[in-house]
Amino acid sequence: MNLRSALIRLGASLGAILLALALSSIVLLIIDRSPLEAFAAMGSYASRVDSMISIINRAVPLYVSAVAVAVGFQMKLFNIGVEGQYRIAALVAAWVGGAVALPGILHVSLIILVAALVGAAWSSIAGILKAFRGVHEVISTIMLNFIGTGLGAWLLANHFREETEGGSLIIATARIPESGRLPSLNPVLEGLGVEVPSGSDLHSFVLFAILLGVGYYVLIWRTRLGYDLRAFGANPGAAEASGVNLKRMTLITMAISGAFAGLVVMGPVLGSFHRYTTDIPIELGFTGIAVALVGRNRPVQMALAALLFAFLNRSAQILDFRGIPKEIETIIGGVIILTVVIANELARRVIQAQEVRDAAAKTARDDEEGPA
Amino acid sequence: MSDVSTTEDTAPPAGNDGPPAVRLTGITKRFPGVVANDQITFTVQPGEIHALVGENGAGKSTLMKILYGMQRPDEGTIEVKGKEVTFRSPKDAIAKGVGMVHQHFMLAAQLTVLENVILGEDPSRGGAIDFRRAKEKIQQLAKTQGVPLDVNRPVETLSVGEKQRVEIIKVLYRGADLLILDEPTGVLVPQEVEELFETLRELTAQGVTIIFISHKLDEVLQIADTVTVIRRGRTVTSVPAAELTARQLAELMVGSELPTPETRPATDLGEAALSVDDLRLRDPDAGRDLLHDITFDIRGGEVLGIAGVEGNGQAELVEVLLGLRKMSGGRVLLGGEDVTDDSTRERREGGMGYIPEDRHSRGLLLPAPLWENAMLGHQGSRPFARGALVDRDGARQRTAEIIESYDVRTPGADVAAYALSGGNQQKLIVGRELTADPRVLIAAHPTRGVDVGAQAAIWEEIRRARGEGLAVLLLSADLDELIGLSDRLMVILRGRLVAELDPQELTPEELGSYMTGAHEEVSS
Repeated sequence: MNLRSALIRLGASLGAILLALALSSIVLLIIDRSPLEAFAAMGSYASRVDSMISIINRAVPLYVSAVAVAVGFQMKLFNIGVEGQYRIAALVAAWVGGAVALPGILHVSLIILVAALVGAAWSSIAGILKAFRGVHEVISTIMLNFIGTGLGAWLLANHFREETEGGSLIIATARIPESGRLPSLNPVLEGLGVEVPSGSDLHSFVLFAILLGVGYYVLIWRTRLGYDLRAFGANPGAAEASGVNLKRMTLITMAISGAFAGLVVMGPVLGSFHRYTTDIPIELGFTGIAVALVGRNRPVQMALAALLFAFLNRSAQILDFRGIPKEIETIIGGVIILTVVIANELARRVIQAQEVRDAAAKTARDDEEGPA
Repeated sequence: MSDVSTTEDTAPPAGNDGPPAVRLTGITKRFPGVVANDQITFTVQPGEIHALVGENGAGKSTLMKILYGMQRPDEGTIEVKGKEVTFRSPKDAIAKGVGMVHQHFMLAAQLTVLENVILGEDPSRGGAIDFRRAKEKIQQLAKTQGVPLDVNRPVETLSVGEKQRVEIIKVLYRGADLLILDEPTGVLVPQEVEELFETLRELTAQGVTIIFISHKLDEVLQIADTVTVIRRGRTVTSVPAAELTARQLAELMVGSELPTPETRPATDLGEAALSVDDLRLRDPDAGRDLLHDITFDIRGGEVLGIAGVEGNGQAELVEVLLGLRKMSGGRVLLGGEDVTDDSTRERREGGMGYIPEDRHSRGLLLPAPLWENAMLGHQGSRPFARGALVDRDGARQRTAEIIESYDVRTPGADVAAYALSGGNQQKLIVGRELTADPRVLIAAHPTRGVDVGAQAAIWEEIRRARGEGLAVLLLSADLDELIGLSDRLMVILRGRLVAELDPQELTPEELGSYMTGAHEEVSS
């Protein structure tokens, strides 16, 4: 990727976002609201410290979810089942975390490990069905979402629910003891001179999410396994002839994707809820697909996309107070997905045409000068 | 040879007045680096079955795509029923009565015969489809072919032969009176072939003209009135089928002069690098053997060429040797080690190099940079990998060496593979396989679709590697390539190795008759 290609891509992304804002403005004008006022309100609300912390906290699950989806996308496997995978993984992990007492780092590691393993096990059902029975993973993962949600609700209500004195109305697992919780990053922020409003906590899981991003990059672009995986995604026939075992690759990729998926809500679970309840955010698996799409499966771009979606989500909360329906957030988000995906495709074609021209020019030059 | 006329244009049969159904004059079509059709000229008379024969890659498909409006010729003219025409799309061709039945059926499986036939061409009456009129017309068409057909059956319940008849009816329904059939018998069992031929004879009796593309010579001689042979993009001859024997036709396809093998230094033959013993492959669906009793040895420093008309088991042989398909019986030894049960990866890492017949489907990752393509098939070994990690510097370094020594014209190693021309892509593949220092190279049509310069360079590299002790299994349809490179030549026919020949003493007649099975008729 040279500088010219990078500039084309950057231009395309910025253009797409501007276009999305313009289209959203039209919608606002149609319902007789001032777009400038709405955007200004969103901007000023989002630049408050508590909003910024909230945006980061919201972006982390979206990012992890996008990484999980992207692992599959690299080999053209569509894991639509992140939703079910993270729910069941978080439930089991929180239950295990609440049932044991271990020294700090071990306790947190155990919870994260259990979440990854359960996520991998759940997604592997779809992997096995695909590898040995040819069941398309889109169908099986969607079905497994329903099964996972139902199974999770049943497990929580009948087996994992904490027995409380007086019979609490909240359905939740037992609280994870102190040793199994992740500390807040607020002291660091305060050390940097940021005044953190009370009730606002920056989850330290964000650091773990950054590590996950690095791990994703290394796995996909720096390991032989990642090479095989991408080779399969680019051309299954050629990958097969090069010695990649298609069944094995499907099983491994689906399991890795599920392992990432298992970690989606670890930030909220370890940072603020400290247990699994029915209040754990849902539908992150589906938004993760959008984030992966907008971020082109690239580690840094997906992080920016996750922040963008989290920003929209948080800043839209102010709109109701200004008499603007906050559903406008969903419209802006949807329009951004469309414009960015189209712009990415256009940029890809422009870059491809450029490369073909460059190579042809080089060949022509060599022919004139004779072979090197 | 002397009794075969070699004029480019046959005189119309006596008693047939009026313009020819089709006349192609001087059709030329160039693709970057390749001339697919070079001044092709031939004439099809109304109501005849005109066979167009030639090896794969001889230019038949391109020619028919031009006649059917899917591609525009660079030069030359097309006349239909005496009038010059220009087709911009198949729609134009159909409007002039030219229809095509593709090799692969284009039918909607869940729809009925009736619905498939009228799809896109539905007769409407006041906004509603007039099924009754369509049904009558289709039944009429089916009946004229001699066999009744239930138009209300879903297409998925039909046999392959019946589906083909639906395709033919589809074209006739649109008013075509010139049918192009592209390799129509390839998918049929012998009895269905007979039925198809019956149908074709019925059609010509009603004045329909048929162009029949094939490389199965016995079928051509059985059904055709006139045969036009195409070799390397040129019309070789048009001859009445009655004047031809299978042997003569085989000779025309192969060419009357074989390239002279160049004398080359004999190498000290090493141990058997690849031994194949009684290999069999059964097609579980059709319940027949695709490969029977394949047995051969290739020693280091030796090139074994496999000649044969395409579709006689070459592709299956390659897939079985690479471990992409599981063999049903026999043994494969690579450098003396039994690899019969080994995976593709184990075989590749054991020193099996591979130049695929179709570089786009088996050989390259088109959107990936060249250095990632240069490691494909060797991703587990140095300098491309270090432990479980990809060694990017090592890979780039090796790619630069390949680009340099194999003269791959590219702005650099980071360019995506799609940016390169076919010849340069192929040189990269040859380079990556030979640089990896394999024990055996399986080269399937190693110069297909590349320009002459790249072809010469690739041949030279294969010769050099042979001189350095490489064992090569060469499968090709290009006789220049087979005879020019091979030390020994075997002929494959219907999944069997039927002859072993010495390229130095080969006659075209001999080769042609083994390749087409004409030899069996003589000996039996």
